[in-house]
Amino acid sequence: MATTTLSSKPAPAACAPARSLWQRQRWLILRRSSQLLILLAFLTGPWFGLWIAKGNLSSSLTLGVLPLTDPLLVLQTLVTGHLPYSSALIGAAIVLGFYLLVGGRVFCSWACPVNVVTDAAAWTRRRLGIKTGRVPDAATRYWLLGGLLVAAAVTGHLAWEWVNPVSLLHRGLIFGMGGGLFVIGGIFIYDVLVASRGWCGHLCPMGAFYGLLGKTALLRVAAPNRKACDDCMDCFAVCPEPQVIRPALKQVGQTHPLILAPDCTTCGRCIDVCDKQVFKMTHRFDQRSE
Amino acid sequence: MSLNRRQVLQAGGAATAGRPALARAAQAVRPPRALAADRFLAACVRCGLCVRDCPYGTLKLSDLGDPVPTGTPYFHARSVPCEMCEDIPCVKACPTGALDRELTDINQARMGLAALVDHESCLNFLGLRCDVCYRVCPVIDKAITLETQHNPRSDRHAMLLPTVHSDACTGCGKCEKSCVLPVAAIKVFPRALAQGALPAHYRKGWEEKARHGGSLIGEQVEMPVRGFDGPTAGRQATETVVAPAASGVEAPVAPAAPAASAAPQPKGAGGLNSKWKP
Repeated sequence: MATTTLSSKPAPAACAPARSLWQRQRWLILRRSSQLLILLAFLTGPWFGLWIAKGNLSSSLTLGVLPLTDPLLVLQTLVTGHLPYSSALIGAAIVLGFYLLVGGRVFCSWACPVNVVTDAAAWTRRRLGIKTGRVPDAATRYWLLGGLLVAAAVTGHLAWEWVNPVSLLHRGLIFGMGGGLFVIGGIFIYDVLVASRGWCGHLCPMGAFYGLLGKTALLRVAAPNRKACDDCMDCFAVCPEPQVIRPALKQVGQTHPLILAPDCTTCGRCIDVCDKQVFKMTHRFDQRSE
Repeated sequence: MSLNRRQVLQAGGAATAGRPALARAAQAVRPPRALAADRFLAACVRCGLCVRDCPYGTLKLSDLGDPVPTGTPYFHARSVPCEMCEDIPCVKACPTGALDRELTDINQARMGLAALVDHESCLNFLGLRCDVCYRVCPVIDKAITLETQHNPRSDRHAMLLPTVHSDACTGCGKCEKSCVLPVAAIKVFPRALAQGALPAHYRKGWEEKARHGGSLIGEQVEMPVRGFDGPTAGRQATETVVAPAASGVEAPVAPAAPAASAAPQPKGAGGLNSKWKP
């Protein structure tokens, strides 16, 4: 795994033109704002009586008109043999269309609440300099994705929803939680002690599903200024899916600077941490490099 | 003082859960017109839209370790019962059909079934006139009736026994909520828990008789009843033998008086040969 860590990196001001806090944290701040705003949209109702969105990420109704439903959940429901009402199907189609267009795993880094937990775990792991552990194969998530569909078909239930940490956490934050905290705590400890980026990068079947949606996504990160790269490895250290950077940055198997791998969550953290400003957020047809 | 392993585990479990969830596992009742258990768990995406649109805060979403599968809606009648809104907003809110929109009359809801489980504590069974569960019932005189029984303790009073009828009870739980006892004597359960079932081939003689306008097997020889002793023997014998045949059609679920068990069973049951042949 390309998770080499530089635990003590030099102060940015010492070796590069000073970048402001905003420049160094822009995409992180935007992502956290997005995650927080999505959560707040569900919480203003129960907190202040101002209903923006009702429900949770599994299925919701925004402003009383816009239905949104998790397409993977609807897929599981269909596999069990139940045909949901049209509002769930329309909601799933809207979500499906959005992520097909914008980028599948944009969900992971811009909406999913577990991302905050695993980012915190990755940060803790870097700070503590933990490099031990046992990382599962990155394809495990696809086996789990297949497995949860088989489980739905065999049991006739949405079996994955008994333990799905993503819906468990989001539902828990909105409707209150107790036992679910053990699962979330377990993921944090697993990511810190056992496997770097273990949950989001290797196990989560929802991430795998959204990754499959993201094969044709428009919004992409690119490395147009890759000539400026001084191999400091900061981007590799911070990236939740480090394997996606190499083809674009080091021209391995491709000449254009676009990160097209569906595993890329379009989090933009590489843009933040790179002092040489190698990366930028762009669209998939932007093949220019300087 | 020494604790055995089970006590330690139970204490640990209680501390972890922090609530008597498992003790009340049997009493988690689904919202109106929830699909049957298996199909419900296929259809419900655990979004909580029914919870949000419930104006009385009745419905809750379960958490991991709660009595029903994670994330699904349920309620405990003793905490907040269903107020049986006429426009049924929870069912309208469901995006998947886990709550069936075929339901348009809330009186047709079958969320659970009330059962007067504690005959030893129910005040009406003690001969008092509490009647609260009967009076708060939204389907009064259909879902709960008061059935008059002789009070064998005083031998001169009546007991008016709250009696639940499964063909009308919606399982809203207002009876359980309003039971005046510290712990309710009448409780709402999921129907699968509360109800038994007769074998499919059973026929009730008195119903068949009413349906066909007469006995299907001709006049029967009336056998003398022997082997009963005690002060109320004659009355008990008369009631147990004759009452169901006379009143069974209009009052199907009259509970047996507790004194019925006090009357000794006829000795040598099975020894009587009526010589009846088809």
